[in-house]
Amino acid sequence: MSRYEQLIKDVGPQKFSLKGKLWMAFLLLLIIAGIIAYADQLIKGQEVTNMRDYVLWGVYISNFVFFVATSFVAAIVVAVLRLTKSEWRRPFVRIAEIVALACIVMAGITIIIDMARPDRMLNLFIHARLQSPITWDVIIIPTFITVSLLLLYFPLLPDLAILRDYYEKIKPRLSKTYGFFALKWRWTERQVKIQKISVRLLVLMVIPLGLILESIDAYLFSTTYRVGWNSTNFGPYFISGAMVSGLGALITVAYIVRKNKQLETYMTDYHFDKMGKLFQLACLIYLYFNINEYVIPLFTSSQAESEHLETLLRGDFAIPFWIVTGIGLVLPAILLVFKTFRKPRSMYLIAIIVVICAWWKRYLIVTPTLLHPYLPIQGVPESWRHYFPSLHEWIITSATLAMALLIITLIIRYVPVMSIDQLAADQALGESQEKAAA
Amino acid sequence: MEEQQKDTRRKFLNNGWKLGLASILGGAALAHLKEGFAAEGPESTGETVELMDTDGNIIEVDAAQVEEMAAAGQAYEVRRGMPGRKFVMVVDLAKCQNALACQRSCNKHHFVTGDNAWLKVYKMQETEDTAPYWMPSLCMHCDQPACVTVCPVDATFKREDGLVLIDNDRCVGCRFCMAACPYSTRVFNWSEPKQEFEMDMDMVHQMHSPEHAGMPSVMGTVDKCDFCPHQAVKGELPHCVTACPNGVFYFGDKNEDTVTNGNDTVRLSKLLEDNAGYRLFEDLGTEPSVYYLPPKDRLPFEEGLDNYNEFQSVEKPDQTEETPEAS
Repeated sequence: MSRYEQLIKDVGPQKFSLKGKLWMAFLLLLIIAGIIAYADQLIKGQEVTNMRDYVLWGVYISNFVFFVATSFVAAIVVAVLRLTKSEWRRPFVRIAEIVALACIVMAGITIIIDMARPDRMLNLFIHARLQSPITWDVIIIPTFITVSLLLLYFPLLPDLAILRDYYEKIKPRLSKTYGFFALKWRWTERQVKIQKISVRLLVLMVIPLGLILESIDAYLFSTTYRVGWNSTNFGPYFISGAMVSGLGALITVAYIVRKNKQLETYMTDYHFDKMGKLFQLACLIYLYFNINEYVIPLFTSSQAESEHLETLLRGDFAIPFWIVTGIGLVLPAILLVFKTFRKPRSMYLIAIIVVICAWWKRYLIVTPTLLHPYLPIQGVPESWRHYFPSLHEWIITSATLAMALLIITLIIRYVPVMSIDQLAADQALGESQEKAAA
Repeated sequence: MEEQQKDTRRKFLNNGWKLGLASILGGAALAHLKEGFAAEGPESTGETVELMDTDGNIIEVDAAQVEEMAAAGQAYEVRRGMPGRKFVMVVDLAKCQNALACQRSCNKHHFVTGDNAWLKVYKMQETEDTAPYWMPSLCMHCDQPACVTVCPVDATFKREDGLVLIDNDRCVGCRFCMAACPYSTRVFNWSEPKQEFEMDMDMVHQMHSPEHAGMPSVMGTVDKCDFCPHQAVKGELPHCVTACPNGVFYFGDKNEDTVTNGNDTVRLSKLLEDNAGYRLFEDLGTEPSVYYLPPKDRLPFEEGLDNYNEFQSVEKPDQTEETPEAS
């Protein structure tokens, strides 16, 4: 077997192992349960959730915020690292694109799940009003989905062509499918030029779009009068939080891929070490904005604000708040200073905890604020004064998370997790170049 | 050679469409110009008409120059509201003793069947040392409404007569308006409302209008106090105003500087001045249309405690009684 073929075998598509099949079955099960629960919600109304007039947004919205945040990874790893010419990004780029796409698609679906009248969705276009942050979201999310999709697809073209050629004799039908998506890629000079320009444009676009996306996400909250939301800090706070959850998700997925496909020689300790440093920087920046958000207001907070901070720091939400802040942010920021914790395995463990905490962090941004309106909560059933997601909400939310994982799993199943074309060129294995010359 | 040919063709095409566009624009301009000339000189009829100009002078003009104005019969638009009006309310906290007649009446006439009344009487006490009082709260119909700003589909809108209403046929149920409202005034139809109407449902749907909220309520959309424009149209007061035994609520028109609680009709400005009227959360800049008079020399607070129910604002129909199905 030539080194070139070995390369395709290593990073290219691999059939699901038994473990992979079980994993898929598990995800599908969650998704089916979610679809059933959602159908029930459509029929009975959002009564099946535990949201009520005071806690009018719940886990759907915080889950949405999490997805939007995580999709920011495309902007950092793909674009920023490319523009700064950080070569160590290479093994992560494709995975980052996949994670970003899965997350932004699921963000779009999640926000529709929260809408009580999805049947009237067209109103968002017919009667759109530009001053509403939701309209901004209606514009930015499809845009970001498109750009993320293209950002994954365009760099993929040569790889699809490689797979087309590779499977030509072994599996003609598979080869045809790859050929269809490869858009007749032949490494001609013109194709390469157009592709290069397109990718470069997309990379330049994805940074501002990512910043806009995260800011709009923050403005959904900070354009209200709510204590704990109407903070001028919210834009950068959300952007820095998005860096943390995005990189956390990327490291988690990258480690699992590396382990399952035995890519240790491609994704080395060096790469993880570099990524760990970036991850630590993200944690520190986020910590800084957390201090701005929760510590500095302690000095001048009005009564309502103090009450809000009190519930977070010492009250009903204190335990989750300190877990999320301590274990999910401060501890990683400290641990990642040390090289041993930037080793793939330990960093994977850190990243997975960070991602889980990042999910709960969004929950803590959404819910406690709603429990502290300006006027006291009176004249409604006692249960309306608390909020914890109902079974329906949990099942549907799990389904959305499962769907994101399913999208990631499926793309990784059929598409090379790193650019074969690039790797071959780097190692001067040049079969593709030979073809170009021919 | 071939290249050059292509190039000239491209140039030709390029110029061609520019020329086309220019001629379209030019044609349109000419058509307008023609209209302009036509308007210049209507044929004189010889007849003259006497008119009064804006300064009050009587002038004589040629009959041909007088044009009928369409303004007289302008159709009423729900989204524009009643021309020339600015509805306001004044709530006199000194007279409120939590009788809750307002709430019951509101619930009844707006068919409120959920768990959250649109009109609530809050038991207020800012700190331990300050005195407690009862504070009815309804939609403030803000002049800078936070809810209207954030609505993505213009389902909730502000009218010229000051009202903030909801189009339940357009609302997509995102609940952003509820998050935005600092007065917690909006309620949501989390499930299919269990409303009962005396007339049949077809008629209810026919009468369905933002001007009578709750008739019927629509699942997955937002409801709130509408200041009862369906009453104002009839020349009657909102239900809470007429129901209150103590005359707490004054309703009226700011442009007329008049408000009434059914018994007394007073000057709004004088009422506010004499009693040091204020608005709720003035510092937020929402500019509410509801004024409060401070609870000075108020009716005994304790008497209201009997009626106070922390966890209920809508009376549930008696379980033992047979309830006719709403169809």
